[in-house]
Amino acid sequence: MSKDKSLPSAARASRRGFLTAAGGLAATALATQARAGAGNPANQPPNVPEWTRTLGEGVAVRPYGKPSKFEKDVVRRDVEWLTASRESSVSFTPLHELEGIITPNGLCFERHHGGVAEVDPADHRLMIHGLVERPLLLSLDEIKRYPRVNRIHFMECAANSGMEWRGAQLNGCQFTHGMIHCVQYTGVTLRTLLEETGVKPSGKWLLVEGADSASMDRSLPIEKALDDCIIAYKMNGEALYPEQGYPMRLVVPGWQGNLWVKWLRRIEVGDQPWHTREETSKYTDLLPNGKARRFTWSMDAKSVITSPSPQAPIKHGKGFTIVSGLAWSGNGKVKRVDVSLDGGRNWWPARIDGPVLDKALTRFYYEFDWNGEPLLLQSRVQDETGYVQPSKAELRKVRGYNSIYHNNGIQTWHVQANGEVENVEVA
Amino acid sequence: MSRSPKLIIAVALATFAGSVALAGGPGEKIAAKTEAKSEPKTEAKTEANAPQRFNIGRAPTVEEIRGWDIDVRPDGQGLPVGKGTVAQGEKLFMDNCASCHGEFGEGAGRWPVLAGGKGSLTSDNPVKTVGSYWPYASTLFDYVRHAMPFGSPQSLKVDEYYALVAYVLYLNDVITDQNFELTDKNLATIKMPNEGGFIMDDRATSEKAFWQKDPCMKNCIAPVKITGRATAVDVTPEDKDGKPRGVE
Repeated sequence: MSKDKSLPSAARASRRGFLTAAGGLAATALATQARAGAGNPANQPPNVPEWTRTLGEGVAVRPYGKPSKFEKDVVRRDVEWLTASRESSVSFTPLHELEGIITPNGLCFERHHGGVAEVDPADHRLMIHGLVERPLLLSLDEIKRYPRVNRIHFMECAANSGMEWRGAQLNGCQFTHGMIHCVQYTGVTLRTLLEETGVKPSGKWLLVEGADSASMDRSLPIEKALDDCIIAYKMNGEALYPEQGYPMRLVVPGWQGNLWVKWLRRIEVGDQPWHTREETSKYTDLLPNGKARRFTWSMDAKSVITSPSPQAPIKHGKGFTIVSGLAWSGNGKVKRVDVSLDGGRNWWPARIDGPVLDKALTRFYYEFDWNGEPLLLQSRVQDETGYVQPSKAELRKVRGYNSIYHNNGIQTWHVQANGEVENVEVA
Repeated sequence: MSRSPKLIIAVALATFAGSVALAGGPGEKIAAKTEAKSEPKTEAKTEANAPQRFNIGRAPTVEEIRGWDIDVRPDGQGLPVGKGTVAQGEKLFMDNCASCHGEFGEGAGRWPVLAGGKGSLTSDNPVKTVGSYWPYASTLFDYVRHAMPFGSPQSLKVDEYYALVAYVLYLNDVITDQNFELTDKNLATIKMPNEGGFIMDDRATSEKAFWQKDPCMKNCIAPVKITGRATAVDVTPEDKDGKPRGVE
């Protein structure tokens, strides 16, 4: 509240101007003001607000529902200078605005290599061939006839937090950690389909390939394929969104997002990996000695405080304060999360609320009485294998500064006395 | 929409009746039904020689597989019959690639740099190019044939892809003879400078210290100070009001 009041009046005016132009309604601007704290007294007690005095829209006016117009800032965002073109780029999940563990479909981060393919499901086919007994060509309708599973998993880009290796760079949880989402997938297990085709004894690797403009291809070891991979056609109950690979994508639980091939069109079984561009030139982790780790598939345990964070400052001043965050591990379930208020010197156990699932986002809270003094907020997860999320210093000691991928170091948010939050490094 | 409302109602009623029957039945009955349903899958897993099959879908024809099976491996498996020279590749590169990658593979703007960067992998700013980083020539062929030219992938002839790959290898001094002809017979014999530059994921051993029994809770490190700020770097996208995007 106080922060918004401190905004220059010109900035407030320009925001209202934009809203009025976009919504065409002065009421929009007034209501936004209300949300920000100043508000329109005519709609507040003891008065009867305008939405109570009039009828609202009828059913099916919005055949497909959307969030309230007052939530218009809850959107994916990109960082234009990161890439040469939007067709081969990334947009980030607004983690600072979300709660629980499920990411709404329209807010799941995007990473495309050749734009969003608009695939007609009537023409889409999945081909399985190579070292199999019975090659198979399947339509979407046919894939839906195989036994279904429903599983909730996080999906994280290996380059999530990749811009932070050399130091605090982007001032927002959305940008530092937003290449992750977590949804419930419905589909057929890859194991079921590989049992249907039969795999020859020499079949040890799969090439998985998309139907987009990049025809992105990756190698996947057969052990993982038979373990827990899914060919998904639904996310959170409805058809995959085009940005997420409609009509079908590969789900590779706990492993880097690049393997989760979207618009999946082909699976070839072979006896060796292919060493494609995405597993050699990209998604290999350069070490200080000039060697690079390859096939670093699994995503290590990681956590981040989503609120407060630079885009979600504390507006209420001192008093009871909720720290909300996410923890996850590509190697299993989250075992515990600790929170530090002093940059990692002392830690307090966080409270986990909601489901704790295998290779899924887990929500944690730390509630405390904030005395209004500056804080250095951190979170630290331990997963069920005993792995403890390392500090950035510990990580850099092993990996150097040019790894790009797999930055799961502990994040620090500096909460200032006025409630504003910034992304900082501490030592 | 074309279906008759009567039929839809009939189907809906039938479904409803079915679910009522299920819900009204004793618990044992439901359990039995579930078990029966999952039985075939159990059989499929246990009887390796006579697996139960769903028989859904059909086998792709040889022609259908040939049309989509364009991947290539380091040992040359998958390479289509074809050939192309460095000189032919240079012309194609100027017409199809140079606007993004630069005439010498130096990269325009933020588009990928394709050549140079030799000896830079241990430096502060490694330049990862085909010559300095990519381990196999097959990777280049596989990628270019899958995804390039950007915006019109898979639009060139097989011979043209050989020529383009030959030219990019020439830009990287992997091939030094302008008259060299790259073919499906010799591509797999080309050694890339950084082939030995990769190791398997060794996090489980090299980062063993990250696995702990009891994480430290009190006085774990000396008091810390802020050593870097994102606001000082100032590269975060902003809204019009000058706040980081998304701040309300």
